[in-house]
Amino acid sequence: MDFFLQLLVNGICIGFLYGISAMGFVMIFKSSSVVNFAHGELLAAGAFLFLALVTWANLPVPAAFLLTLAGTFILGFVIERLFLRPLIGEPLIEVVMLTIGLASILKGAMLLIWGGNLHNYPDFLPEGLGLHFGAVSIPPVYTTSILISILFLLLFGLFFKFSSQGIYMRSVADNQTAALSLGVHVKKVFALSWAIAALVAGMSGIVLGIINGINVHELSAIGLKVFPVVILGGLDSIGGAIIGGLIIGLLETFTGGYISTSLRDVIPYIALVVILLIRPYGLFGLVEIERV
Amino acid sequence: MDSDILLQLNNITVVYSDVIQVLRGVSLAVRERQIVSLLGSNGAGKTTTLKAVSGLLKPENGKVTDGTISYEDKTVQNLSPEEITRKGIIQVLEGRQPFKYLTVEENLKVGTATRWGKPYRKDLEMVYNYFPRLKERRKNLAGYCSGGELQMLVMGRALMAHPKLLLLDEPSLGLAPLVVQEIFRIIVKINEEQQTTIVLVEQNASMALGIAHYGYVMENGKIVMEGRAGDLQKNPDIKEFYLGMGAAGAKSYKDVKAYKRRKRWL
Repeated sequence: MDFFLQLLVNGICIGFLYGISAMGFVMIFKSSSVVNFAHGELLAAGAFLFLALVTWANLPVPAAFLLTLAGTFILGFVIERLFLRPLIGEPLIEVVMLTIGLASILKGAMLLIWGGNLHNYPDFLPEGLGLHFGAVSIPPVYTTSILISILFLLLFGLFFKFSSQGIYMRSVADNQTAALSLGVHVKKVFALSWAIAALVAGMSGIVLGIINGINVHELSAIGLKVFPVVILGGLDSIGGAIIGGLIIGLLETFTGGYISTSLRDVIPYIALVVILLIRPYGLFGLVEIERV
Repeated sequence: MDSDILLQLNNITVVYSDVIQVLRGVSLAVRERQIVSLLGSNGAGKTTTLKAVSGLLKPENGKVTDGTISYEDKTVQNLSPEEITRKGIIQVLEGRQPFKYLTVEENLKVGTATRWGKPYRKDLEMVYNYFPRLKERRKNLAGYCSGGELQMLVMGRALMAHPKLLLLDEPSLGLAPLVVQEIFRIIVKINEEQQTTIVLVEQNASMALGIAHYGYVMENGKIVMEGRAGDLQKNPDIKEFYLGMGAAGAKSYKDVKAYKRRKRWL
């Protein structure tokens, strides 16, 4: 029973992280219908930027964290401005190829600077954050990751529901021509969604780095895991991304715990295939509102 | 040129994808605070004319290749929709295009995009005043509203932007006659109370000429007739082919001529 509870807790923590990483992916897809294959590299970029700020620049952790968020935000903005904007209106396949190219460039640059070895952050999380319930213990990283995830979810939920910019972003996702006719700056909305997506990706990259260590290949592989998560939850649903993340996270830890660790990495993709067969638009994807 | 002319199209040509010519020299003038209606059969180029003014040709790969569009004495052809909307020209698209997954009130909020960050409480009230139905449904998703409510919604959304020039593309499309009357009553009210200049594209010619000050008739990408709305209503051709009041009876010789005239209109 204790083993089960421990797995449950681990699964939820990992799941939240997957969900948060997928959130950025969903945001880009929702506003501009671009499938971003460079998402894993954005995760890694955040993790490495934080590493550089903490170890090379020796900044205090909170300052480094905020600077990393700012840095990834700018990175997303620049990527949209330089690479995506000239392709607005071009066929989707070209845009997808571009994000694949972008992934290679980002990955290459990071390999060049940090190499392919495993790096670690210095220990900075206070022991007091760890929780113990009988035999079940939650290490400090996991509590932090859950707290950060919930905080960000709340912030973004409020942003999209109540702020004007958030409403403009949703209007573009809903009907681009109508948004244009009302004077919404559609290009600004694209830029903003890339910036926010990169920021969220960077943040989850940091947390994943704390848990597993920082390695270019591993972090960018997590970008691939985003696909089962978002397809499970529905490509265009932010809430669905979180729930999809939780399901994949739990599936992984339970398979790893009860069956075998080598099956663990395959199970998300098996789930992906099954879901595609049963509900092609995902568990929470928009079912088109049709007026008869 | 008269000083009260707000919008002037001077012999404009519009070409889609560099090859398909849709407008062949359209000229028209819209005076301040007037309602001008633009009539014509399907494919005559009415919607394209509106889009040329509002800048929405660009996303469809269309372009004004010749002629000028001047608004408040400045040329505005081929500017981006972001720039044009900020000058006070708002187009209400044909076929009511709400943001389906946003609530009615959120839809209205998008109308404030041209003046982001400014207060809009008063404008919401103004819109709810014109369209009380929207207030009742303000928390509902727009996707679940009826056609009449959606037409009110998209017009209200445009009003939120404080337009000086409102371009309405077929507001009566697919609505019940009573609802159409209600919509047209509100259009007149908006024109009188908000001093909004309105260009109205319509198939429902009798309704449109009933509220307009001036009218243009388009055909094959050209203006073929213009005049004060009252005069157009009396014009025999318009009467016969648009208002369905053809002088029935013995006109054996005229049948031939009528065929020629009909060809021009239909």
